[in-house]
Formats: sequence, structure tokens, C-alpha cells
Amino acid sequence: MLAPLSWLKEYVDIDITPQELEEKLFSCGFEVEELTETGKDISHVVVGEVKECEPIPETHLSLCQVDAGEHGVFQVCCGADNVHTGGKYPLALVGATVYATAKDHVTIEGVMKIKKGKLRGYESHGMLCSGVELGLNEDLYPGAGYNGLLVLPEDAAAGTDVKPLLGLDDWIFDIAVTANRPDCQSIYGIAREVAAVLGKECKMPALDYTETDIKKEGFTVSVEAPDLCPRYIAHYIYDVKIEQSPAWMRRRLALTGIGSISNIVDITNYILRELGQPMHAFDDAYLEGNSITVRRAGQGEKIVTLDEKEFELDSSSLVICDGKKPVALAGIMGGLNSEILDTTKAVTFEAAKFVRDNIRKSSRALGQSSDSSAMYSKGVYEYTTVMAMKRALHLVEELGCGKISSTHEEFSTGNSIEPQEMKVSVKRVNGVIGIEVPNEEILRILTGLNFSPVISGDELTIQVPAYREDIDSYPDIAEEVIRMYGYDKVIPSFMPTAKVTMGGLNAKQKKELKIKQALCAAGAYEGIHYSFFSPSDLDLLRFPEDAKERHAIRLVNPINVDLSLMRTTLVPQMLHALAGNQKKGILEGRIFELGNIFIPDELPLTQYPDERETLCVGVFGEKESFYTLKGFSETVAETLDLEFTYEPAEKPFLHPYQTAEVFCEGEKIGYLGKVAYELMDELDMRVPAFVMELDLRVLSQWYAKTQMYTPLPKYAQEKRDFAFVADKDITCAQIENGIKNACSYVTDVKLFDVYEGIQLGPGKKSMAFTVVFTPREEEFNSEMTEGFVKKILKNLEKDLGITLRA
Amino acid sequence: MKEKLQKIREHAIAEIENSEGLDRLNEVRSAVLGKKGELTAVLKKMKEVAPEDRPKVGQWVNETREAIEAILDEKKKAFEAEALRLRYEKEKIDVTMPAEKHEKGNLHPVTQVRNQLTDIFASMGFEIYEGTEIETDYYNFTALNTPDDHPARDMQDTFYLSPEFLLRTQTSAGQIHVMEKEKPPIKIISPGKVFRSDDDATHSPMFTQMEGLVVDHGITLCDLKGMLEEFARRIFGKNVTTRLRPSYFPFTEPSVEVDVSCFECGGKGCRLCKGTGWIEVLGAGVVNHRVLEGCGINTDEYSGFAFGIGIERIAMLKYGINNIKLLFESDLRVLKQIDD
Repeated sequence: MLAPLSWLKEYVDIDITPQELEEKLFSCGFEVEELTETGKDISHVVVGEVKECEPIPETHLSLCQVDAGEHGVFQVCCGADNVHTGGKYPLALVGATVYATAKDHVTIEGVMKIKKGKLRGYESHGMLCSGVELGLNEDLYPGAGYNGLLVLPEDAAAGTDVKPLLGLDDWIFDIAVTANRPDCQSIYGIAREVAAVLGKECKMPALDYTETDIKKEGFTVSVEAPDLCPRYIAHYIYDVKIEQSPAWMRRRLALTGIGSISNIVDITNYILRELGQPMHAFDDAYLEGNSITVRRAGQGEKIVTLDEKEFELDSSSLVICDGKKPVALAGIMGGLNSEILDTTKAVTFEAAKFVRDNIRKSSRALGQSSDSSAMYSKGVYEYTTVMAMKRALHLVEELGCGKISSTHEEFSTGNSIEPQEMKVSVKRVNGVIGIEVPNEEILRILTGLNFSPVISGDELTIQVPAYREDIDSYPDIAEEVIRMYGYDKVIPSFMPTAKVTMGGLNAKQKKELKIKQALCAAGAYEGIHYSFFSPSDLDLLRFPEDAKERHAIRLVNPINVDLSLMRTTLVPQMLHALAGNQKKGILEGRIFELGNIFIPDELPLTQYPDERETLCVGVFGEKESFYTLKGFSETVAETLDLEFTYEPAEKPFLHPYQTAEVFCEGEKIGYLGKVAYELMDELDMRVPAFVMELDLRVLSQWYAKTQMYTPLPKYAQEKRDFAFVADKDITCAQIENGIKNACSYVTDVKLFDVYEGIQLGPGKKSMAFTVVFTPREEEFNSEMTEGFVKKILKNLEKDLGITLRA
Repeated sequence: MKEKLQKIREHAIAEIENSEGLDRLNEVRSAVLGKKGELTAVLKKMKEVAPEDRPKVGQWVNETREAIEAILDEKKKAFEAEALRLRYEKEKIDVTMPAEKHEKGNLHPVTQVRNQLTDIFASMGFEIYEGTEIETDYYNFTALNTPDDHPARDMQDTFYLSPEFLLRTQTSAGQIHVMEKEKPPIKIISPGKVFRSDDDATHSPMFTQMEGLVVDHGITLCDLKGMLEEFARRIFGKNVTTRLRPSYFPFTEPSVEVDVSCFECGGKGCRLCKGTGWIEVLGAGVVNHRVLEGCGINTDEYSGFAFGIGIERIAMLKYGINNIKLLFESDLRVLKQIDD
């Protein structure tokens, strides 16, 4: 919110610097996001009186001798058509800064520094300025819009700084107002806070006016939707003279970002800024039927707003209607059909309270907004609504732009605009803060905030002003007290009255961290990706129409379609990450992500979906293989002290012959494989990539597994190496299991070589294993070991057709 | 005899001196001291010596053997030292050549900060509660004193999944679940992903927050300040001071923004703190009594405070990361840089 210092000073005697005021506002909860001097780019510009002015032959220029008082008399070449002897204009001295304008003399093109110059052989020591060159326009200073020199008042003293004269020494506070304080979305609202924090009086804006006996006979106001419009006030003004509003009003509107239109419209905008109450003025000549009705719009009802846009409405929007038709979109914008024109002779003013939620939703649904709708969306209090109408009528009288009839129609649902009494315990207020604020301080602070406090014993009685709907119990009072008393007076303590609690990670959190650390130790980097992905990611992974991954939760209002589905697998984003790195020229790497996938029961959601903790590992590079990735799976297994098994599998996005499903104790826990070539092409991947996804939810059933020591073998282990010849289709796992099943003393089987060659015969391969036998109750003798070996060889031959290599 | 031994001795010494390697030295050893060596031959002929001279001759032989052996050993050591020297010399390398590294791997910067925070709060007796990313409107807003028409709903642009379900906009949603389930004393932190419909250089539609909640007897704003000061010192350095300033969150009253003195410039004003000397790090407040009452907690007996920290913000401040988007792109050049 923009608040000019000069305007605030109308209500409060501010005797500190703008920077000190910024600090004060900050300390009581109003952060000044920007503090700007109106003439921040203007310096060394003084009042110059032209003493002599001679035309320079064959040019449009004049050669002037300009008196700048104490600064001296300067020769200045000037091209403006309104320069004349005796005139007073802003003179930018050598070294001054002013705005540089384009050839049109209107568009500002930055700040320039004035230097000594020479024009057509004549030296020029400075520059006489236009209003635009000082950053002014017609609203900010009358005459500043003229395409020529800015004419200064005759009584301006030559040589004095022009900034105070032109209002360029004012300060604009851009204040962030928190959502609980809509009452401070106005100059007067901020002034109340300034007064409170400075301990000064806050002057009330003048609200007095005189009604005439003139009446608009039979005029009625009815509100058919009191739930959306708890108060509606209309007042009839006649003998209206549409003119320009006075300079002071135009300037204030301009400083707060509103262009002047005409006196009547400016009054409504002025009140919006001054009090935070949106108002509207209807040209009475275009109101038919001598009545105003506030109602929900009919289905398909149309209105054209002031900005000439047409809207088709439904019952969710509120409209203001005359006897026949809608004339305004309530709280958002007036209708074009009753716009104030230069010919307007009579006006009906509207000040109303429309409920926040309806205006906000309506404005969003229609895509139409205004300063009014923004204000209503923040919240307007009925206290202000009543005050605003009085203020508007006062200003009509002050500006002399119309006569105030005695037709004042006010609808109200009966909400009080009087202060509400509230009683709280002083101890309780201090109990929130944790320090004891002295009673006299509490009284001083709450008095400053217009709460009229009285303390009797422990009982604090206050009268809450009707514009403070945010105050409803003791913590609110505590906040009011401490923000004015000063947060720096809060003394740090460390929960002296609290019980000692045990903190720390639970088993699941510890295991997840352990898994992550193990993956890091294996050279992988952790990535974090968005929880949502794109429908196109599901196509990229070539999931069939009925795949469970396609049963994804859809965002109703995504930022864009690429972020519109809750992910059902971590793989797509991992693939994008692997591809993204390759695009940047990184040709090897290992990334993992531990995140949730979202599995809904039914769509749209009727209950919490299953958020499954999932681990995804992606590796890429010429040195990587299915087996390096499998190493990560084994790392997880070892971290959790589990054993994983693998079976060939197929996935639509993985290599048909380099893909496996992973099992733990018979339960499927995930899969891994080489990224299919089609996907590599589609993602512009240059080096092979491999990806794994493990369901940590399933694995979590083993997180609580306790660690137990296995005693070292009492007797020496036996190690034997075997080279087998087997059919090519026989898997390593088949042989391993065959060996283990044949002999219960086998404690480890490890493949150490694979060989294929012509001497083995077609369709054959050789696989070499080291087998470890561990004795239990007694030492092995050679007979026993030979027995084991025989059994193993026999079983392998019988079940798998495997023989020892000759 | 004595002369003969003297000769053997001199000859052996000359041979040893002239030998050019261990092999030759061994030959000399066996030629003199071996079973068929010269000195052994002298001993074998001892029976030819007169019995009364035998002890003396024996002594001469031993002296000779010892002398030769000593020289042999000395020479051997010299040869071995030389061989070792040569071996080392041959294995000379250029130590400035690049190392053969194996990737170290590390956690994501956000996880690192999250773990740092978790450690700090765990040591203060906080447990870690992880809520769900998908929440209901009730837990994310209504139960946090933000009813449907509340202006605070506009403070955060919410992603909806259905009229009832949404992506949580704040980890505060977890507060309610905990307070519904557990009785005070409650001390939890709740880290997790949150979502807002924002997308620019400083905003990401997904980011990580950490909510903290304490509910117990007599908890006040002073306790909030004390705990946050301790937290700030541990995460940003022991000279850091904190400042509370008024703010607004629907579920706390009073609400504060917490600034820490700039750890870059010590409060003098620099680019990091935009010249103010202070850096905004988190939002906090005394838990609104309505929120507690809504969870069935008696506010005559208990009170509490809550705070919410943006983890990416802390990570970006701590490590000087300038764009939040970098954190979610898994660019290895980014991920590898921070291993704190």
C-alpha cells in the first residue's frame, strides 16, 4: 500500500524523519517495502528568473540570462516557446540531475546530469526545465503537463530549491499490510497506527455536511442477498457540476497511483485511498425505476462494465440493479450504462459492504478486477462504510460539485458499528508473552490504539473499535501490547516449565538415512525432484492404457500440463535428470532419489491416497552396466541385512533382455534394468543408462530387524572351485541354488568366471564357481568333502544337465 | 699354518672387495666358508696338527672365519641397500599427475540442511513427525484457524486435487495430526515437501519446510525466542543474534517473523542482507488458542509455540545458491558442490 508522508501528516503530527518513521512502522508490524522520495532523481534544480531573453537568429532558441539568486546569474540557451523575460522557471544548474526525455518531450529515458554546453556557438550554463523533466505531470502539479517550460509561481524566490515548491521532497511509503489488518489498507488506517506508535493524536477526517430539503421521491433500496451484502448505503446528489477536481486531490490520487477523471469520480477514488472503502457513483439520469436492488445475478444475465467488457453472469455473482437492469457488478466495477459523464447532473453515491469471499471468488471466476475488488477481497468493515459515505458527502460540499439531498437510503442487517466491550485477564495476557508488562504500559498502549482500557485488579476491560474485527481474545491483546511495547523486551528463556522429552529419529527415519548414506558411499549423489510430473512422461515410459502408473492423481489447477499429475513412479524424472546431465556434457554419473509416489484408491480422491516411499537409482556412462546398478541394489540389501534375488523380467521402457525384478523373501520389491534404446533416442542420451526402482514401503517391514552376531566357524572351512559346462539358457541363480540345495554345508557360492567358445560346443557356456563349505559340529575329513562334491555334481547333472568341464 | 690362514684371509677379503653383486658374494662365501671351502679344508686337516697346537690353530681358524664373515655381511648389507635404492629410483613417479578418484557421493543440499536442523532439534528433545504431502482442506487450513473465507487463504496459492484434497501448502498441517493423537508434552518437528502455485527465480512450486511445535505447561513467547536464538547460533554461528518482529499467521497469535543478524557481514550491512544487517529466516508464534482447543487441548493448562522454516532458503543462504530451481534439476555439477 502506498502512503505519501504529506498525506499522513494531515492526520498525525509526524515530527520524525521518514527513515525513523519507517523503523517505527517496522517495529509495530508494518514493513515498509520501499521508501522513496518523490523527487529522488532530481537535484540542484532552483528557481530561475529570466532577466533577459533574446532570440538567437535563424533558430528557435532563445539566449537567456537567468538569475538564480545566491547561485549567480547564468547564460542559458532555451528552446521552449513559453520562455520570456520576467518569467520564473526551474533552472537545473550545472551538475544537476533531471530526467532525460525522448524527442516527444514526454517519454522519460533515464536520468541525466547537466553539463556546460554550447548551442550554435552560444555557451549554456544549465537548463530551464519542463515539468516532465522533473518527473511531474498535470495531476502532480498544475501546468506540469505543458510541452514547454514549467511556469513557477511569481512569488517563488530566485535561487531557492524547487523541490519543496513542487512537492518533490515528499516521501512515499510502500507498506506491506498483513492479511489480518484490512483496516490498515488506507492512509487513515495507517495514520491511526502511526499515531499509536508515536503516542500522538490522530485527527479524524472531516465528516460534516449539510443536507437540503430536496428529496428523490419514492426512491428505494432493497437488498435481496443480505448474506453477501450486509450493508448498503445510497445517497442522492443533485445540481452536480462535473469539473476537474482540485490540485491537492489530484496530486494525492496521483501519488497513490490513480489518475484523475472528474471531481465526482475522484471523490470515490479518494475515499478508497483515504479510508479503504470502495465507493461507486451512478449517473442518476440513467437509473430507471427509481430503485436500487442488490441481488444475485440471473443465469446468463449480461452486463457491460466501465471498461467496455461484456460479462455473462450466473447466481454466484452479485449485481446492483436499478428498476430494470443491472448497473454494476457489485464490488468489482460499475456498468457502462450509468457511467459518470461530463453531462452528468445528478448522482447516486454507493457505499456498501460486500462480503470478502463472494467478491474474491466472483472476481476470479470472471477474470475482472479493480482497486475496489482488491479492497473488498481483503476486507471492508461496516464502520468504514458508514464513515465513507459521510466523508464523500463532505467532499462534495467542500469541492462544491453538487448539492446533498436528504435522500439517504441505508440497508443494514443490524451489525453494530459501535465498539464492543471485551474483558480479559491481565495475567493471561502477560502469560502469552512471558514477561510482565507493567499495567501503566498496557494502559498507555491500548489507549493509543483506541481501546479505552480500564484495569481493575486482574481484569482488563477494553472497548474494541468496530474496525478491529481481528481482535477477539486475550492472545490478540497480548499481540497488540507486545508489538507496541517492543519485541526487543522479550527475554529469551528455555522452556523452564516444560517436561524433558526424548527426541530423535524413529526406526524408519534412521533406516532411510542409512540407505541414503550407503548409496552416497557407493558414489551416488542424491537428487530431489518434483512430486508432480507430466502425462507425457507416462507415454515416454510406454505404459499401456491400463497400466497402474496411469491411474494418477490429477491437479485441478496445475501451473502447466507438465506439472499436472502426482507421480506414480520416480523413473521419468530420473531419466530426465540423466538426460539433462548428458546434454550439459556430463557423460557419467550416479543419482538417487528417495521420495514418495502417490497411489490413489479412487479418482477423484475421496480418501488419503497411499504415499509410498520409493527409492530410485539411475546410473549412466560407458563404464556402467546392469551389474554396476545391481551393485546398488545389493548395497541396499546389505544395509538392511537382507538378501535379494533377481529374476528376468520385462518393462516397456527397459531393455528386453537386461531387466530384472527384485525379490526379498519371496516378495517383489522392485526392478532394475537398462534403459531401452528407443527412450535413449527420444531423450537424446549419448551413453547407456540404467535405472532401478525399489518399493521402500515393502522393505520397511524389515527395518526393525535386529542385528545378531554369528559366531565364527570353529573348524576350518573348505573351498572348492568348479568349472561347469551348461546350456546357455541356464542362469547363474539356477546353478547357485542347485549347489546350495544339494548340500546344507554350503555357506557361499560365488561365480568368478564365464566363458563361451567353440570348443564347448554350440549353445553351451562355461561358468566357474567358488563354493565354500562350513563345518558345524565336527571337522571335515576328505571323505566327507568328496561326498558333498559328488552330491552336488550329481544333482546339477540330473536337474540342469550340467557337467564338469574337462 | 698361521701364514696360510693369513693368506686365505687376505685372498678372501680381496675377493669380497672385488665382488660386484650378491651372487658373486655368495660364491666367495661358499669358496671360503662352505663345506668344500678353503677354511673348512684347514679344519679338516686339523688332525695333522700337533695336539698341543690344536687349540691355538682352532682359535686362529675361528678368528679368520669371524673376520671374513663380518666383511661378507658388511658387503652384503651394502649391496642390499644399493638394490633397494635402485628399486625405489625405478619407481619414481610424477606426483603432480591427476589422482584416480572414486566418486564420493553426497546427500542433497536440502537433505544436508534438513539433517543439520533435525540434529539440532533432536538434541533439544524434539521428535520427527513426517506428515503426508497430500492433505485435506481441513488439516491444511480450517483446523489451522483459516476458514474458507479467510484472507490468509490468498497468501498461499494452493494446488487442489479435489474439493476436499490438496497439496499441503505448509507443514503446519502436521501440527493438527500430532495434537489430535498425542497429549502434551509435545515437542515435534515436521520436515517435508510443501507446494504453492508459484514459479519464478526465488519460488519453486515445490519446496521443503520444517515445522516445529511445542505444547506444554506455561510455554510463552520468551521460550520461543530462547529456543530460536539457540537454534540460530547452532546453524549460523555462535555470534548470531536474533530479532522478532510482528507478523501474521492465522494459526499463531502473536505471530512473528524471525530475523538473524547477517552472518556474512556481522550486521554491518552487505549484499546478502540487502544492507539491512538482518536476514529473515523463519516465521513463528504462540499457537493460537483456537487451534489448541480444536484439537481438544485445554488452554487453561497448556500453551505452545510453533515455527516454520524454509529449508531451501536456509540452504541457499548458507551455501550462496542463487536460484532455487537449481536444487531440483539434479545437475551433478550442482549436487557435487555441497558436502557440508
